[in-house]
Amino acid sequence: MTTYRPLKELSLARLREFLREPEAVFWTYGFPLLLAVGLGLAFRNRPVEKVYVDVELHELAPAVLMTLQQSPEVVAGIRPAGECRDRLRLGKIALVVIPGDPYTFLYDPTRPESALARRKIDDLLQQAAGRTDPLATVEREVTEPGSRYIDFLVPGLIGMNLMGSGMWGVGFVIVDMRVRKLLKRYVATPMKRTDFLWSMIGARLAFMIPELTVILGAGALFFGVPIRGSLMAVFLLSLLGAVSFSGLGLLVASRARRIETISGLMNAVMLPMWLLSGIFFSPDRFPDFMQPLVQALPLTQLNYALRAVILEGAGLVSQSWRLLALAAWGGISFLFALRWFRWN
Amino acid sequence: MIPNEHPDFAIRCRSLRKRYTSRKGAVDAVNGLNLEIRQGECFGLLGPNGAGKTTTIEILEGLLDATSGEVEVLGMTWGKHDERLRQRLGISLQETRFAEKLSVQETLTLFRSFYHSGKDPADVMAAVGLAEKAKAWVGKLSGGQRQRLAVACALVGNPELLFLDEPTTGLDPQSRRQLWGIIRDLRRQGRTVLITTHYMDEAERLCDRVAVIDHGKVIALGSPGELIATLGGEHVVEFALAIDNGIRESDLAGLPAVREVRVEATGIALTVAEPHIAIPALLHLLQSRRLELARLTTRHVSLEDVFVHLTGRHLRDDYLPPS
Repeated sequence: MTTYRPLKELSLARLREFLREPEAVFWTYGFPLLLAVGLGLAFRNRPVEKVYVDVELHELAPAVLMTLQQSPEVVAGIRPAGECRDRLRLGKIALVVIPGDPYTFLYDPTRPESALARRKIDDLLQQAAGRTDPLATVEREVTEPGSRYIDFLVPGLIGMNLMGSGMWGVGFVIVDMRVRKLLKRYVATPMKRTDFLWSMIGARLAFMIPELTVILGAGALFFGVPIRGSLMAVFLLSLLGAVSFSGLGLLVASRARRIETISGLMNAVMLPMWLLSGIFFSPDRFPDFMQPLVQALPLTQLNYALRAVILEGAGLVSQSWRLLALAAWGGISFLFALRWFRWN
Repeated sequence: MIPNEHPDFAIRCRSLRKRYTSRKGAVDAVNGLNLEIRQGECFGLLGPNGAGKTTTIEILEGLLDATSGEVEVLGMTWGKHDERLRQRLGISLQETRFAEKLSVQETLTLFRSFYHSGKDPADVMAAVGLAEKAKAWVGKLSGGQRQRLAVACALVGNPELLFLDEPTTGLDPQSRRQLWGIIRDLRRQGRTVLITTHYMDEAERLCDRVAVIDHGKVIALGSPGELIATLGGEHVVEFALAIDNGIRESDLAGLPAVREVRVEATGIALTVAEPHIAIPALLHLLQSRRLELARLTTRHVSLEDVFVHLTGRHLRDDYLPPS
């Protein structure tokens, strides 16, 4: 006689439904891969930024121009005063040099490239005029794997994906079932409700493994992104991330009765994390008054931990507070979801 | 309390009430409803849309809480014996859209897994005529096939008591007939079936007993035959005049063998005991008044007539007399 295991059957049903939905497969696996490759290509081997300057028409201008052109990073020309100011205003150049006594630098200090140009040009002119620096310095450029933008990006994309597919993969599916009255139909059977919820989370974990492999593998294969920590640590961390965000997805979906409602709620919950949690740039850049919020978000903690493990080779123990924060988000969400869940 | 495993009644409910409160005020969807459904009978809840059939059945299924009243199902009560009850009930909701991308077999195996004991999904598929569709995705099924799948999902736990909420609504005649066959088989196997419908012919063909429900109350109860007998005649003569004038209800009521006269939008319906006496008398009356007949039909009295007799309304808004 066949024995039937509800948890197994429920999980199988989820897996089958997912794999039979080509769009879902693309958005979960194809999209992050394309994003990683696209961004990686965009930021790979970025040439050193040139400094664009104009020298105002003056008897000393040709001499100044010669001095500046000795640096390969400077693109300079001599132009009349009016044209120089127009070009500065339009952002075509970063700085205008007006020779004379004293030399005048015309620039907008709030534009980063202008501020850089001011320092660079000043150094060149001072050194040409005979300045000697009391301290000897040597420049060594860093472009080895592990410290480039793509290296920073890959762990962020993993975090983003764990959030996105965890929340959509659980939340959207549940509301869809509620709309179809399928949840109500399940409740009309002796099905254990916890079996159902566990199957949702279990299926998410099964989908997480190829997701992680795809992004991490593409990073390593195409861009040589290093994995300095243990693969097991990366896996366990991703597992925790997937469970936590499934819990959050469950909570968001616990009462919504319409697909439109859940779409809005999902975006409202995920948007702050997309912006603040350090997917594309470091969350440390936000001003101090925002840091409590930034640090409280689960994705921020997941991204920090992923970067520490992948890029710095940290062990999980050193990340325990972050893991705890992540687990607390997931656990509390799950408990509230259980309390509030609307079955019919 | 130990539940009584073999009560005489599969379902009993007393003074059942369900009140919905909204900003517009309170509405009693079920308003003091009493029912006693015997073991092994096929019982029909009959009534127009909005009469409270679905609310009633969902309370009996343990999916809705009643505002007040007592409910006993298979000798047990909701809230105390839920798990035991669920194992013994089969439920088909009014509309469930099963997962489109699972096959019929996968869907049934999933539902089977929720029950301690039950039937082999293959046997259930054969019983409802879906064996050929075992590997087909639910999304590819026709309306009738989906409805049979819904019944199959209710059967797969081998239930003693089945709830079927409008199982044939929206189906074509052939699919309805197929489902009737399935329900008759269930009844033959000794299962208790509670079915809601707003199709009178369905209730007449399937049900041992029927409760007619209107405004959340039982307004008539009995076998279809008993209910029909309350009208005093077994036949209905329906006719319409070419020009609608000059005939009074009292003229018709006085004709021999006529028990009831009903003026409807499309003509006049007479409930008669003996058509062979009533029809000649009617024709004689029309002839003497020189009235021209546009239509004349006779048929057996149906539960539809019982409902109209009780409420003055038809069961369905789109009702047209059978032609």
